[in-house]
Amino acid sequence: MSNKLIDLVGITKSFDGEVVLDDLNLYIRENEFLTLLGPSGCGKTTTLRILGGFETPDKGSVIFNGQDITNLPPNKRQLNTVFQKYALFTHMTIAENIAFGLKIKKKSKSYIDDKIKYALKLVNLEGYENRKPDSLSGGQQQRIAIARAIVNEPKVLLLDEPLGALDLKLRQDMQYELIRLKNELGITFIYVTHDQEEALTMSDTIVVMNQGYIQQIGTPEDIYNEPQNAFVADFIGDSNIIHGTMIEDRLVEILGVRFKCVDEGFGRNQPVDVVIRPEDIDLLKPEEGTLQGVVTHLIFKGVHYEMEVMAGGYEWLVHSTDLFPVGTKVGISVDPFDIQIMNKPESEDEEAVAIDD
Amino acid sequence: MTKGKSKWLLSGPFLVWTAAFIIIPLAIIVYYGLTTAEGSFTLANIAEIGRPENIKALLLALLLSLVSTVICLLMAYPLAMTLCSLKFNANGLIVMIFIVPMWMNFLLRTLAWQTLLEKTGVINMILEALHLPTLNIINTPYAIVLGMVYNFLPFMLLPIYNSLIKIDKNVVNAARDLGANSFQTFWHITFPLSLPGVISGITMVFVPSLTTFVISDLLGGAKILLIGNVIEQKFKQGNNWNVGSGLSLVLMVFILISMAIMHKYDKDGEGVTL
Repeated sequence: MSNKLIDLVGITKSFDGEVVLDDLNLYIRENEFLTLLGPSGCGKTTTLRILGGFETPDKGSVIFNGQDITNLPPNKRQLNTVFQKYALFTHMTIAENIAFGLKIKKKSKSYIDDKIKYALKLVNLEGYENRKPDSLSGGQQQRIAIARAIVNEPKVLLLDEPLGALDLKLRQDMQYELIRLKNELGITFIYVTHDQEEALTMSDTIVVMNQGYIQQIGTPEDIYNEPQNAFVADFIGDSNIIHGTMIEDRLVEILGVRFKCVDEGFGRNQPVDVVIRPEDIDLLKPEEGTLQGVVTHLIFKGVHYEMEVMAGGYEWLVHSTDLFPVGTKVGISVDPFDIQIMNKPESEDEEAVAIDD
Repeated sequence: MTKGKSKWLLSGPFLVWTAAFIIIPLAIIVYYGLTTAEGSFTLANIAEIGRPENIKALLLALLLSLVSTVICLLMAYPLAMTLCSLKFNANGLIVMIFIVPMWMNFLLRTLAWQTLLEKTGVINMILEALHLPTLNIINTPYAIVLGMVYNFLPFMLLPIYNSLIKIDKNVVNAARDLGANSFQTFWHITFPLSLPGVISGITMVFVPSLTTFVISDLLGGAKILLIGNVIEQKFKQGNNWNVGSGLSLVLMVFILISMAIMHKYDKDGEGVTL
């Protein structure tokens, strides 16, 4: 894989005595699409603002390309930011907005004109040069904000929930647009969002954060299929998180019934958390299942049916394209590789997990 | 009843007020300004402005109000910026402290300055006690400017503060992010975005300063005549409503011109409206 571009070392930051980031360590590779994902107040935006130079960490340092840039003001950094509410300059035209950074850097007029044309083409808004930001839709304004940032040829583009204000359809279109842009530009994207679907769709690497700690770093598949703790499992998609006991390698007991699994190395009779995704549960005839239960709720979701099945004293969340009416007696079966075993959290708020790869 | 009609009804009280106390008096001023005492049409009242003492009063009023406006702007803008950056100013409490003097009667405040600035006034008593040279600005244009700045500063501060506080912090951050240093950010972003407030502040200080006669009367010792004093004298002492109205019309033209100039720069139309 390519080189480390940014290294965050031991970043700690608090506001008014409240710790927002606690000894955060993270590196970002060149050309990576990295997403900071977490609920509001998890420290993801603060991390981005520290990268952009809008906040200074209380402790720790930001290393960019081997240089310590912790105390460098934003205008001296080779990063550009796309802000949440676009933050366009409303008193300027679109062309003037895009040209702003280049004019500050005293580029020639012909260079600037070329760049404006190039950037508008890149974001599919050719011919909008003389419009004012107010006359554009939210999605268009967001594209201009991106164009305004990328004409400066930053090594890294920081995006702070850029799609948050857009409606669903537009948001999905923009997700593909962003992936295309990143591939065309060949630069690093650092993206902040609380939307797990957005993170899964676009990222090379996802950093799941909660309460100022990194919970897990991994590819979208890792994060979804092998959550390392209950927080990650719960935050990324729906899941059934059930208390269980690891009987021995590759055998776990949940709700008094033994399931085959693929996890090893937890030790014998060790209490664990078991994660089973709702779409990984197979509903069968009662006698064919590992566990027997009754369907208690049924909702049609479009792509699938969402059901709740009362079995073994636990209400299982199940997604299935097959319909089982409320009251149906069913058997529950889960393939061994669809069962994810996690260590019990050591503390209530799920301390940072050690990551070394 | 249609929606349009009910809207008109709601604005009824205001329309009556406007007609009775704004439009009709204005018409009367125009009538007096353009007629002789006998009631025949004349431009002589307007031409009164050409008298040396009147033109001097007008020019002095323009000069002093211009100086006061500039001083207010130079004091209010940095203050507004500071207020906007204060963390504990969330509910505008600090801004209110600057507004509190306005709750006191305008006349009283100006009289207070008269007492403070007198040759044997409070300020000079303190200066003498400290063996410092005394301040003799009462009855000079300096005292008038002081009075204008003191009385009208809040009118400059508030609109500027309001326009600055509305600017999205991320817009300023974006400019910094795109490579602008703090001065460039101020010059290209913050200042242009606050312009509607500045324009509105300038108008709200310049117009009352230009027309005042109370401040110049009390702090200028009735020796320094501004155009406002001249007009006042025509009405009250000379009992010559025709000339007074004529000069009022001239002053009105200057105010309209200044507002038109301001309006031209107020592209967003957020500040002054004529």
